[in-house]
Amino acid sequence: MHADSLTYIFLNAAIVNNFVLALFLGICPFLGVSAKLKTAVSMGIATMLVMLISSICAYAINNLLVAYDLEFLRLISYIAVIASAVQLVEMSMKKFSPSLFRALGIFLPLITTNCAILGLALFQTAKEYDFVQSVSYALGAGTGFILALVLMAGLREKLELAEVPGISQGAALSLMLAGILSLAFMGFAGLGA
Amino acid sequence: MAGRKRDDTITADTFLEGIWRENPVFVMLLGMCPVLAVTNSVMNAIAMGLATTFVLIGSSTLVSLLRHVIPKQVRIATYIVIIATFVTIVDYVIQAISLDLYNALGAFIQLIVVNCIILGRAEAFASKNRPLKAVVSGLGMGSGFTIALLCLGSVRELLGSGTLLGFSVFGAQFEPWVVMILPPGGFFVLGGWLLLFNWLRERKASPEVKEAVHAR
Repeated sequence: MHADSLTYIFLNAAIVNNFVLALFLGICPFLGVSAKLKTAVSMGIATMLVMLISSICAYAINNLLVAYDLEFLRLISYIAVIASAVQLVEMSMKKFSPSLFRALGIFLPLITTNCAILGLALFQTAKEYDFVQSVSYALGAGTGFILALVLMAGLREKLELAEVPGISQGAALSLMLAGILSLAFMGFAGLGA
Repeated sequence: MAGRKRDDTITADTFLEGIWRENPVFVMLLGMCPVLAVTNSVMNAIAMGLATTFVLIGSSTLVSLLRHVIPKQVRIATYIVIIATFVTIVDYVIQAISLDLYNALGAFIQLIVVNCIILGRAEAFASKNRPLKAVVSGLGMGSGFTIALLCLGSVRELLGSGTLLGFSVFGAQFEPWVVMILPPGGFFVLGGWLLLFNWLRERKASPEVKEAVHAR
């Protein structure tokens, strides 16, 4: 597979360099929202939507900044774009699916400070992707995020019923679990390279 | 630390809180992404800790100075812009000091913007306190964060490459545990530290249980 082909970019972002398990982006929602499978899926989809919107906007803004020689404003304008994209998704979700809006609660506005999204915008700029490649990259990253979140949520739902030593309850156990998942994803390293 | 008899007194606790009782990483589980991502060597951990501390202090000071000026409705957006400004400064400074370090830390310098510790402190502390107190607390939180990074970084570098700050510790015959400097190692080591702290806390919380065990 060619390194610039769309399939490669998609698979690379989704599996080989999974944003959560290989690049450590978006750990907070990964640990915070993965207790229930249902919320994990909706959170994943919301994040993916924000990723897609902000990736497209970031692409446009970056072209504008480069044209006017204002690259030092990149970080500030990206974060502003992401905050607006989150607001947009929040408002449309409130209108079309109020029950989902209530279920996600505080985690919805917190998508703004999900580093996976800013990371996505920064990486696509650093890799100099064109428009179609950026979209493919955003879709791949979103899919990878959903995949990691759903896997984790599935495991944690089963783990609820298991008997574990008192000191390992909570975050410590989740981190160990994430380590094993990450170990599994390392098996994909070198795929398609 | 001479405190005044007002509710904005600065005590040793203002500083120490961030290091132990409210340690941002081990207790509050904030800012996990850089904690896991850049701690594959001690040097990276120190650099990241110092960069975050600088941004934390800078943004706390500015937020605290402007706390009566910033309108309530747009405060989060304002905080983020202030933080992004300081991160841009750090980004250029590190690039100027050491390009190797800049490449090793990669995008994670710019990602300090979305580190929840900084926004959290701006919202919860700096916007309600006087500048000096905000600086002291920022320094404490920053030190706590740096210490946490060091805890992870030293274990991972020691086991993953058998070195500490680049100097060989175990000698040439040591077979490095490569997994420790790879992503899974980050999760395992942080999980291990949390287990250790949970265990210590449990022991401290229930001395009577311990005595009962000893009495048997």
